[in-house]
Amino acid sequence: MTTNELSTTLSNEPPSSTLRSEPRLPLYVTGSRAIGWWGTALLIANEAVLFASLIAGYFYLRFNSPIWPPRGNEPPELPLPLLMTMLLLASSAAMMIAERGIQHGNRARLRLGLAAAFVLAAIFISLQALEYSRTAFTPQQNSYTALFFTITGLHGLHVLVALLANLVLQIQAGFGYFNQTRHQAVQSVSLYWHFVDVVWIVVLFTVYLSPHL
Amino acid sequence: MAVATGSSTAPNEQLRRAWEAPTRILGILGTVDHKVIGIRYIVTAFVFFLLAGISALLIRLQLAVPNNTLLSPEAYNQLFTMHGVSMIFLFSTPILFGFGNYLVPLMIGARDQAFPRLNALSYWVFLFSGLFMYSSLLFGAAPDGGWFAYVPLTSVKYSPGLNLDFWALGLLFLSISSTAGAINFIVTIFKMRAPGMSVNRMPLFIWGILISAFSVLFAIPALSAANILLELERKFGIPFFDPARGGNPLLWQHLFWFFGHPDVYIILLPAIGMISEILPAFTRRRVVGYTLLVLSTISIGIIAFGVWVHHMFATGLSPTANSFFSAASIVIGIPSGLQIFAWLATMITGRPILKTAFLFVVGFVITFVLGGLTGVMFPATAFDRQVTDSYFVVAHFHYTLVGGAVFPLFAGFYYWLPKITGRLLSERLGKWHFWLFFIGFHLTFFPQHLLGLMAMPRRVYTYEAATGWQTINLISTLGAFVLTAGVLAFIINVYQSLQSGSLAGENPWGAGGLEWATDSPPPSYNFQRLPLVRRREPLWPAVGGAPTSTYAVETLTPDPTNILERESLVTTLLDASPDARMRIPNDTMLPLFLAFSLLILFIGLLITQWAVVAIGAILVFISIVVWVWPAKENVHDNE
Repeated sequence: MTTNELSTTLSNEPPSSTLRSEPRLPLYVTGSRAIGWWGTALLIANEAVLFASLIAGYFYLRFNSPIWPPRGNEPPELPLPLLMTMLLLASSAAMMIAERGIQHGNRARLRLGLAAAFVLAAIFISLQALEYSRTAFTPQQNSYTALFFTITGLHGLHVLVALLANLVLQIQAGFGYFNQTRHQAVQSVSLYWHFVDVVWIVVLFTVYLSPHL
Repeated sequence: MAVATGSSTAPNEQLRRAWEAPTRILGILGTVDHKVIGIRYIVTAFVFFLLAGISALLIRLQLAVPNNTLLSPEAYNQLFTMHGVSMIFLFSTPILFGFGNYLVPLMIGARDQAFPRLNALSYWVFLFSGLFMYSSLLFGAAPDGGWFAYVPLTSVKYSPGLNLDFWALGLLFLSISSTAGAINFIVTIFKMRAPGMSVNRMPLFIWGILISAFSVLFAIPALSAANILLELERKFGIPFFDPARGGNPLLWQHLFWFFGHPDVYIILLPAIGMISEILPAFTRRRVVGYTLLVLSTISIGIIAFGVWVHHMFATGLSPTANSFFSAASIVIGIPSGLQIFAWLATMITGRPILKTAFLFVVGFVITFVLGGLTGVMFPATAFDRQVTDSYFVVAHFHYTLVGGAVFPLFAGFYYWLPKITGRLLSERLGKWHFWLFFIGFHLTFFPQHLLGLMAMPRRVYTYEAATGWQTINLISTLGAFVLTAGVLAFIINVYQSLQSGSLAGENPWGAGGLEWATDSPPPSYNFQRLPLVRRREPLWPAVGGAPTSTYAVETLTPDPTNILERESLVTTLLDASPDARMRIPNDTMLPLFLAFSLLILFIGLLITQWAVVAIGAILVFISIVVWVWPAKENVHDNE
């Protein structure tokens, strides 16, 4: 790759006549060579701080309260959230299959992985709706219930956004827009998807597990 | 060696067709040119500066004499709130980002930002969120809780109107603009620098913008989180700050100041980056201590996240917490002081040319050092508790913010406006501007230190004659009018320059940066041939000594990008060696449409009409889908 040669010649500061004719540089790149990847990574960093602020708020209010959860609230039940966790982890694996597939030019694996991830995350959202309908408290009751709904709700909103992005990818994949060299959008959505899943792990610990401690 | 990078030798017709919008409407509403967007940012933010300035004058008139009845207490509350909100959120950050928008691609030798359409979106969202907040005036419901909107004053019990909803939702809306802008700056600076502009050759203004953008990225979400919680509590009664239901009002202060203090440096860092750019041109030498200046910039950006509690010393936190944040607040003075010494050394060892831009740099150093001196007084918790919420604090932060941002900004105007408009400003009017502004500023704000020590609290709409505050207040008010005369001189100067200023040429100051290697104003593609960088000041000679003349910049030959296909170069992060090409998207109405959809969504939230929110959300989704759909020419590319 002549790119590397150029970088050496630049740092050694040769007379410029040795700067040879460039081959055409690629227009489509992936991973951290692509500006789109950086854009996504920075958006994720930004969103991570948003969740960190809310999680910090959770522990701030918890440690300023004499009892947590407050009298009248039980710590949340665990079976459903643990099942939801497994669904999200499986959906991340499916996204990985999709991404690896298109890296090798396999469009069928891309579409299969995207569809599987979509279904798993859709079940996750449905289960969350089920959980909301079964809770014995309203968000207005106290700061504990307020934080429960706010944090899980904001996370659910992010899952919804990831689902919509997945849907758009599936349609674009159906048109055959992605191939081995051109699939930066798949990488970006996949990165975001994994981020939303990692946030869930933090939410699981904070909202569901920590009240049992 | 190749020379001209401007447009003079271009096959003009083809270039024009590739880089200019086919219709006038599309060109105006759909442009993605970072220079046009940058100018719009600057002009819009300056209008907000004038509006905030008018509210400041009304405040000063009200306080000029005791027991004044010019303004009602309610109007006074709205005025000082809108003054602060406008100056912080709608003027200083956006105008510096406007300069960044205009200058960053030029200074790093790129043909546009990394995400030009996102850039257009940032501007429209900035404009709409500003209008959103100001529209509250039409309903007599302007925000009135101060710029930091402490609960419980701002909870629905004590502020039942829509005033605070305009504030919280307006800032949430605006955060989309600043976040998108920050991401754009970081990626542009990381990935689009001219070949050879390794990180240790980046201009200092670029460093300032970069660290500022990172601070935006990590600070704004805390403000957004605070605003989300406030709105949930106000609109739906979901308790976070209400102690009766397990909430805590201090949570608001923690979240707000975790954003609020870094925000001071978000404003300061690009401004002092400007100082480091302007100084070398008017002292005819390289800036002293480049590496130390860079390291100071980075460490200020980091330490800024560890000082927020010094805004809360009076809230009764534990002494341990207070001590830690005291220490951090003193430590942050070290890199700031280091920068001052680097600039002083540059001035002393250089040969200063006393142009207006240089005068403003000197004005900055004097004013900012005075603000810094009171700044290191606050970490002494005992002292802080005596002067907190008094005019001493008001004086302090006007010294740091006007000193640290507005003086550099005016220096920047005199320095870069000739690049932007192609015409020089008048030096004679410029000197009037400087002296009126400098004297007016100190006349307004220095006496306020004394008022603070005489225990005058901030945010009171009037006072009794028996307090003995009236003479000093009157002096302060007179100062505000002198300061205003300075700003008027500036506006006249710009107007005259646009009408009949003498032509600037490519490089009127004999400066060394890449932005001076193209026409003034630059062509829409910035550089016809991409520059090649071998040292920090590409237009200055390689080895020491004062630069007496400038050199033509080297260009990359042959150019690996196709300018007629609107291409720019993507380079590697650290070394900036060529890595890929990118295509600058064509002009499009999408950013305007998306910003408008967001406006509908936020109006829906404001008036709690879910149908309107749903329409806004659907329009947002549609415009994003169209946005990410691959352009035709990209789909059929056979690569």
